[in-house]
Amino acid sequence: MELREIRFRPLNFGRWVVWGLTALLFALLPLAFQKGFALTLMSQMGIMIIFALSYNMLLGQSGMLSFGHAVYFGLGAFFAIHAMNWIAAGRLGWPVSLLPLIGGAAGAFFGVIFGYLTTRRAGTPFAMITLGIGEMMYAASLMFPGFFGGEGGITANRTAGPPLLGIPALNFGPQVQVYALIAVWCFGCMVTMFALTQTPLGRIANAVRDNPERAEFIGYNTQRVRWLMLILSSFFAGTAGALTAINFEIVGSEFFHAARSGGVLLAAFMGGVGFFFGPILGAVVFTFFAVALSEFTKAWQLYLGAFFVLLVMFAPGGLSSLLLMNLRVMKFRKFRRLRDPYIGLILTSQVPALGSVLLIELTYHITLDTGQGPVTRLFGIPMDTSTPGPWVLAAFVLLSGMIAFLYYRRRFAECWDEIQVEIEDWIRDNPT
Amino acid sequence: MYDATLSQALYGVSYGLLLFMLAAGLTLIFSMMGVLNFAHASFYMLGAYFAYQLSLWLGFWPALVAAPVLLFIIGALVERWGLRRVHKWGHVPELLFTFGLSYIIVELVQVIWGRAAVAYRVPDELDGPVAWLQQMGITFPQYRMFMMAVAIGMLASIWLVLTRTRIGLVIQAALTHPQQVEALGHNVPQVFMLVFGGGSALAGLAGVVGGNAFVTEPAMAGTVGAIVFVVIVVGGMGSLVGAFIAALLIGLLENFGKASDFTGLKLLQALGVELTPDAALYPVLKLTMSQVAPVLPYLLLVVILIVRPKGLLGTRED
Repeated sequence: MELREIRFRPLNFGRWVVWGLTALLFALLPLAFQKGFALTLMSQMGIMIIFALSYNMLLGQSGMLSFGHAVYFGLGAFFAIHAMNWIAAGRLGWPVSLLPLIGGAAGAFFGVIFGYLTTRRAGTPFAMITLGIGEMMYAASLMFPGFFGGEGGITANRTAGPPLLGIPALNFGPQVQVYALIAVWCFGCMVTMFALTQTPLGRIANAVRDNPERAEFIGYNTQRVRWLMLILSSFFAGTAGALTAINFEIVGSEFFHAARSGGVLLAAFMGGVGFFFGPILGAVVFTFFAVALSEFTKAWQLYLGAFFVLLVMFAPGGLSSLLLMNLRVMKFRKFRRLRDPYIGLILTSQVPALGSVLLIELTYHITLDTGQGPVTRLFGIPMDTSTPGPWVLAAFVLLSGMIAFLYYRRRFAECWDEIQVEIEDWIRDNPT
Repeated sequence: MYDATLSQALYGVSYGLLLFMLAAGLTLIFSMMGVLNFAHASFYMLGAYFAYQLSLWLGFWPALVAAPVLLFIIGALVERWGLRRVHKWGHVPELLFTFGLSYIIVELVQVIWGRAAVAYRVPDELDGPVAWLQQMGITFPQYRMFMMAVAIGMLASIWLVLTRTRIGLVIQAALTHPQQVEALGHNVPQVFMLVFGGGSALAGLAGVVGGNAFVTEPAMAGTVGAIVFVVIVVGGMGSLVGAFIAALLIGLLENFGKASDFTGLKLLQALGVELTPDAALYPVLKLTMSQVAPVLPYLLLVVILIVRPKGLLGTRED
């Protein structure tokens, strides 16, 4: 008898609503935030979302921990900026709005080459090899000043090309037009990458991540699957690089720096690699840290690193898992019991955080701002680093806050665990 | 010519031995706990900075002992209060924990000692060239000789501890059969803590002797860290002997590369081919070996991955 697969696929209404609202949000954001700074921030967030999602195709979907994803990002950016200069010189008839395709193609091309090498190993060796390839690319980019621009980098002019749709005003001069371009590409890439997770390749990549041995037994070449995923992921990384080239109009060898590869890892992991929307959340938070916080303090990377380590230690699923776990508690209508412990936890966690920030900023001031005298202003209060007063205050705030925080943390953990056990019991007793 | 070559070889071997000091601790931790310690090179950097600070207060020789001890304590604390907590979530969070730690350490070092290099100097007793080599016409710094002696002494003592002491035997057994060792009544988590602390102390010692031979700066962890990973992959994951061969190979390769002004153009000229500056591969061919030297370890990695993906002496194919 012929076996036929019968599948019922209703219109996934919720999914259309979510994507529709996302598109609407992208369109409305520039109306709400019209300041130059907000536009720059949102443009960078859009680029980072593409980059972090492309990274998650490796880490979250295929289980490949890469420390060299900036290679494809940087190559995409360099090919795009050279193409932009060719457009300006009239040697290439290609619209600026489609430059990300060139960047993506460049990323995917090098994904084919480097991916063949890196995906020969999985797991920890893969991580180390990608780090090596990343360092090699960074060192090599300084060796060929002709293509990579040496110390100064390569500059281009995004307005030199023919305007979009033949309308002279749409030449990508104003930042809001660049934002619109990034938003359209970001949305398109998000939808494409989500669609990829639903394909057979996306599914088998999950299998290779979870149990490579079994995937081999059912006849898949795990190395081939990893390679394909890496090529696709490099395409999107190159796209993000090209958008950065359009956004900043300058590309330098720091695009290959290990800090950029590490940054995208931080962004994706902070958001959570277990869910598709995790890296989107992570990219927004990371960019906010990197752009907004760096305006206020020079030690922002230290805070970012500390935040990352705390997440790895206490919530390895990232922010998205924290969000979903709390939503589950709310769904079971048990959130009221968590309210008071939450208030205590959040209030007391601010105190040791404040103490550490004070200590770090005071130390930073005496090592890096020695030219400005011993007095620094923290939270609007002048503090003299040459007297013991501020130091004692900071240490006292840190220690006392820590004790209070540890007490409330235990109370919160007890309440939280109790609720989780109740929910698990209920799910076990009421199987659907 | 002959003397210069020998001197280059000595430089290469001393650098290779330093790399091996780092790779040894990393391999030991990796094969025992399955954790790739990303912060290993950061501990190397901390060793150099601690030694710099302590040598200002106490002098170089006390610092040589005290800095590794401090690193041992830091390593043990990191294992006890950090890694052990993350362990239940698997190897990727463990690796990411050490990655985040390396991030924080670099930043803390910049907060405390500033962004520029610090003046961590070679002690006066060991300044200057080696006398008996000088008589043979070879100029080689005494300090490099001392560095080699420290590395070899350290390796000998690791070997003795691992093979000739009771704790060493327990460590060896816990490498392959942790459950069995635990069933026999040994405290395996504590052994892990000791190994992690010990590995960190080795990295610290390498930092003490390497920091003043090279430069003590916040970027030193990043530059050495990537090379040490290359050493481990090329040597074969988990193989100490493989790491030794790979470390010496890379040390020699980089040092001979740095000193050579050989280019692809010269090779072609010797073969009777003259190229004009607008030929297709001219920018690649005109690079001297000394310009390419920083990339040589990674090129070796690429070659090894094509020819022998499991590494020189690697056994596991995963």
